Amino acid sequence: MTRTPTWLHPARVAALEAALAQRILIIDGAMGTMIQTWKLDEGDYRGARFAGGYDASHAHGPQCGHDLKGNNDLLVLTRPDVIAAVHEAYLDAGADLLETNTFNATSISQADYHLEHLVYELNREGARLARACCEKFEAQTPDKPRFVIGVLGPTSRTASISPDVNDPGFRNTSFDELRGTYREAVEGLIDGGADTLMVETIFDTLNAKAALFAIEEVFDARGGRLPIMISGTITDRSGRTLSGQTAEAFYASMAHSRPLSIGLNCALGAADLREHVETLARVAVGHVSAHPNAGLPNAFGEYDETPEEMAATLREFAESGLLNLVGGCCGTTPAHIRAIAQAVHGVAPRRLPGDPIRDAA
Amino acid sequence: MSTMPRYTRLSGLEPLLITPDLLFVNVGERTNVTGSAQFRKLIKEERYEEAVEVARQQVANGAQILDVNMDEGLIDSEKAMTRFLNLIASEPDIARIPVMVDSSKWSVIEAGLKCLQGKGVVNSISLKEGEAAFLDQARKVLRYGAAAVVMAFDETGQADTCARKVEICTRAYRLLVEEVGFPPEDIIFDPNIFAVATGIEEHDNYAVDFIEATRIIKATLPHCHVSGGVSNVSFSFRGNESVRAAIHSVFLYHAIRAGMDMGIVNAGALPIVDDLDPELRERVEDVILNRRRDATERLLEIADRYKAKKGEAQVENLAWRDKPVRERLAHALVNGIDAYVDEDTEEARLQTTRPLDVIEGPLMDGMNVVGDLFGAGKMFLPQVVKSARVMKKAVAWLLPYIEAEKARTGDQAKSNGKIVIATVKGDVHDIGKNIVGVVLRCNNFDVVDLGVMVPTQKILDAAREENADMIGLSGLITPSLEEMSHVAREMQRQNFRMPLLIGGATTSRAHTALKIEPHYGAPTVWVKDASRAVGVAQSLISRDMVDAFMAKIRAEYAEIRERHKDRSGAKKLVTLAKARAQRFDGGWDAYVPPAPSVPGLTVFDDYPLDELIPFIDWSPFFNAWELAGRYPAILTDPVVGVQASELYRDARAMLTRIVEEKWLQARGVIGFWPAAAVGDDVELRAAPAAADGTPGPRLATLHFLRQQADKPVERPDFCLADFVAPAGSGVQDWVGGFAVTAGIGIDAHVARFEREHDDYSAILLKALADRLAEAFAECLHQRVRRDYWGYAVDEALDNEALIAERYRGIRPAPGYPACPDHTEKDTLFRLLDAPDNAGITITDSYAMLPTAAVSGWYFAHPDSQYFVVGRVTREQVEDYARRKGWTLAEAERWLAPNLDYDPE
Repeated sequence: MTRTPTWLHPARVAALEAALAQRILIIDGAMGTMIQTWKLDEGDYRGARFAGGYDASHAHGPQCGHDLKGNNDLLVLTRPDVIAAVHEAYLDAGADLLETNTFNATSISQADYHLEHLVYELNREGARLARACCEKFEAQTPDKPRFVIGVLGPTSRTASISPDVNDPGFRNTSFDELRGTYREAVEGLIDGGADTLMVETIFDTLNAKAALFAIEEVFDARGGRLPIMISGTITDRSGRTLSGQTAEAFYASMAHSRPLSIGLNCALGAADLREHVETLARVAVGHVSAHPNAGLPNAFGEYDETPEEMAATLREFAESGLLNLVGGCCGTTPAHIRAIAQAVHGVAPRRLPGDPIRDAA
Repeated sequence: MSTMPRYTRLSGLEPLLITPDLLFVNVGERTNVTGSAQFRKLIKEERYEEAVEVARQQVANGAQILDVNMDEGLIDSEKAMTRFLNLIASEPDIARIPVMVDSSKWSVIEAGLKCLQGKGVVNSISLKEGEAAFLDQARKVLRYGAAAVVMAFDETGQADTCARKVEICTRAYRLLVEEVGFPPEDIIFDPNIFAVATGIEEHDNYAVDFIEATRIIKATLPHCHVSGGVSNVSFSFRGNESVRAAIHSVFLYHAIRAGMDMGIVNAGALPIVDDLDPELRERVEDVILNRRRDATERLLEIADRYKAKKGEAQVENLAWRDKPVRERLAHALVNGIDAYVDEDTEEARLQTTRPLDVIEGPLMDGMNVVGDLFGAGKMFLPQVVKSARVMKKAVAWLLPYIEAEKARTGDQAKSNGKIVIATVKGDVHDIGKNIVGVVLRCNNFDVVDLGVMVPTQKILDAAREENADMIGLSGLITPSLEEMSHVAREMQRQNFRMPLLIGGATTSRAHTALKIEPHYGAPTVWVKDASRAVGVAQSLISRDMVDAFMAKIRAEYAEIRERHKDRSGAKKLVTLAKARAQRFDGGWDAYVPPAPSVPGLTVFDDYPLDELIPFIDWSPFFNAWELAGRYPAILTDPVVGVQASELYRDARAMLTRIVEEKWLQARGVIGFWPAAAVGDDVELRAAPAAADGTPGPRLATLHFLRQQADKPVERPDFCLADFVAPAGSGVQDWVGGFAVTAGIGIDAHVARFEREHDDYSAILLKALADRLAEAFAECLHQRVRRDYWGYAVDEALDNEALIAERYRGIRPAPGYPACPDHTEKDTLFRLLDAPDNAGITITDSYAMLPTAAVSGWYFAHPDSQYFVVGRVTREQVEDYARRKGWTLAEAERWLAPNLDYDPE
């Protein structure tokens, strides 16, 4: 028995699957550290619309004012030129997939800036901006399609860990709250033209399950789907997520969404991530991705693994047949992505195991 | 293209891949309010901490999936499900296995699914309400990422015949797989197990119907599983547990062969089919397989023979005495019978060439069985300690022969390894340490026990002299935590390389990870309880295991440190000024504090022990033996009830002798003084000498700490000083104090038991003395309320109400949560002259001697209550240091467990 999903953009899914069958695809690198190099000030973040520290086009007043510097997701509205420049630098370095600048575009994270009402708009504009950059490059090289990954970040709260050591049963968020905020973000990403959705930097699997639930609800309402990508985070060398799961348990918790890809990103450098990527490569039915940090942070909180070092490590992953998609997280630059793209060029992608659902038919 | 095998993948923190190798997946069922009266009571009374322990025990006993059910009319089931699942999510040793969310109400199932980060199982969905509801629920189950138990139930009812079971399951399977896209491996059918041998002919084929339906379902519906609640099948034999167990064994034997691969079974209680009495097995099989019309009558005929009769003393079955000596020794060890140990040991010795062979042969074989059963959760601590007593007695019998042999040949016994154990300096508590010693010796470790109050250097010197393989530290009071950290630092400084084990009631994985392990380069491991000690020691001693084991431990500890770092930024304490502004208001305008009827000191010499017995709170007694549960329910607990009852009988018997033969003497002293709160301090004056009631000169200042939690305005940040009228309020208030012991004279009896190699009785006696001291404190507090202070002359509460603290006034103890500074005992003991008046002294770390002692303050305010000071800021510690006349460093040392910050 085979169930063919109804895709919202069947041609783009076909192009993506065709590319994945041929080679290891390249995901872009870090956004935050690239933005830092622009040395933006409060005025840049506010632009005209938020000049008073609040949204002038919303029923807000100065009493809602707040410093906005550091709200990187807002830049898709106030400095789209900066975000587009970073996107294009990565496309130029060889990225096949761009991640939208929407990591914190959830109501929980935007509440810190009193901008919860922007969630839909930030996601839509984030996706639209990345899509426009991709189209610019596709026009130059029509044989190499580029894809937009609509990013759903983890939020700053945890649905399965108590923030209060004295009350392990306490939670500062809930499945339903998370599901609500993710739903809004998903609507925006789809309307902005995202090609896939990625639930990423998952440190609490229950948050991710809420995101997946929200995604399915939106797909139901729209009568069509986008491919889902999933990327968890192993927090330290214990080999577990922050919420305590091993990589294999994490996979079991996510597999019901039948993701296009599952992988790991952030927290560790490539070398420390290897055994866990290998675990996923062993158990996963779909594609496997990795976008590690540029090493572990040094004493100053900076990432100092060079493009060459990181590329060499990831090349070994690829040669061992672990990867279908690869990219970079914190501390990586276009130079890293260029080096990684060159290093895995020509190495065959990981072979998918037979899909038991299809084979059972 | 290779195909990945289609196995069910569930998860908690760890994966559960259900492959055919697993044969049968065991679902833990004690966390089910409909199946366990004990669990229902805990949830109804919101005793969630104990409820969590039930889950822990299920996992420890081998449950691979944890079934959680909160369906009970008087419980808010959704809330209880959420609360309980959130709580066990924080317990890594429970959360590692998947959860089965069990409810007949969909809303409760959904509430449960919203708490699971892992892939769990829904129990259950069915076609009972029709196809539309079934499909809707199945889609949601899939969306939440869970597997599902599907009951063989449709619009017309529950399936009883094989044909109906197969029909409904097949229909459900097609709908799930074809309509919903449900992964077939995530379908678990429950084709209904019904009772057989009920006397109703239509029921005779029920077991066969289940087994045959299972066979067909597994053959025709690929990848699915079959499960069921096995205990239903024997329902008509309730009250006859041995026959029920036999029925379960036989039923499972056939059902598993037909393809049943999951179920709710009390696995520990199941006999192996081949071990059943052949006649019983045959007649049970006749019933299960419906092989003859008179099967039920024939089983009934013999069933009573297997029934253990209630109330009737069981005649000792001495059949084992006819077996060969090797088996007799094993039997004696496993069953803890020491009556024949000398003669059996002697017989074994005469059969071997060397006396050591008896130890290394039959005795060690027997102890290995004990160790295995204990490790598998099939034996409990009191039994193990009794087994050890048999072992010790056997070894004592052999010792002279071994010495003679050694003198002749120079042979030595081989041991697993040598461990030096001690209760650290300043601490006198040793029940837990002694139990660990016994358990390690049972497992052939050479244990050098240095006793209590052992200074660091003495521990280290002994470890070097003995050429020990590891050191184990124990302690109960909070200052011992600091002392253990000190030992670790000294071991590092003196270049020790041997592993360090940490245990005792106040120790924790977190404390070890944060405060001990970082100071010592060699393996440092927290040992949760005695049952873990052997595993840890063996892992550390084994060259093959130690690296992997320590890598895991170190990663765990590193993670705890990481999380601790993350959390310290997030928690919010309020400033001392804000906390003080939100103090408890005693309503001093409207309240007249009672004056004590008997001010000054009252001394109780040799308090009658038999008057204390009714005041005993037994629950902590069982907990000291690592038996989880509350008295008296624990005596009938399905898991530990038998052991608990036996332990209780032994305890009552010893208690009778303690009283009749006056083994122990109880002494105590109480006192009351005029008091006034000054900020967070309380000033005490001498009792009035003059007739007008004017208080005498200032006697002492008591120092207390205040909560700094960020609470809503209507909930105060408490400090004990709040319960005393402030100076200048014009109200004369009082504070009382007490110190009691029931441990005078205990040493001689403990020494006697130890001479007789009877650790069981020695530990029993210490645990009972502790209980008597607590009972003495409870008894005196009642007399204080009724007579000596006299503010509740008419109080009439039974012991249960006393344990539940349903009286007016409190008696908090220095060193415990409401007043965590142990050093305040100095003031208390001086005021009471406790060493002279009650025979109690205090150590450098403020532990009391004798150990079986309790001391504390009395407060009488009607709204006074127990609370936990919890974490305090540097600001309060500085303030407290000023009040105590300490340096900040001294204050930080004594308040270490309460600091909200890292000193240094």
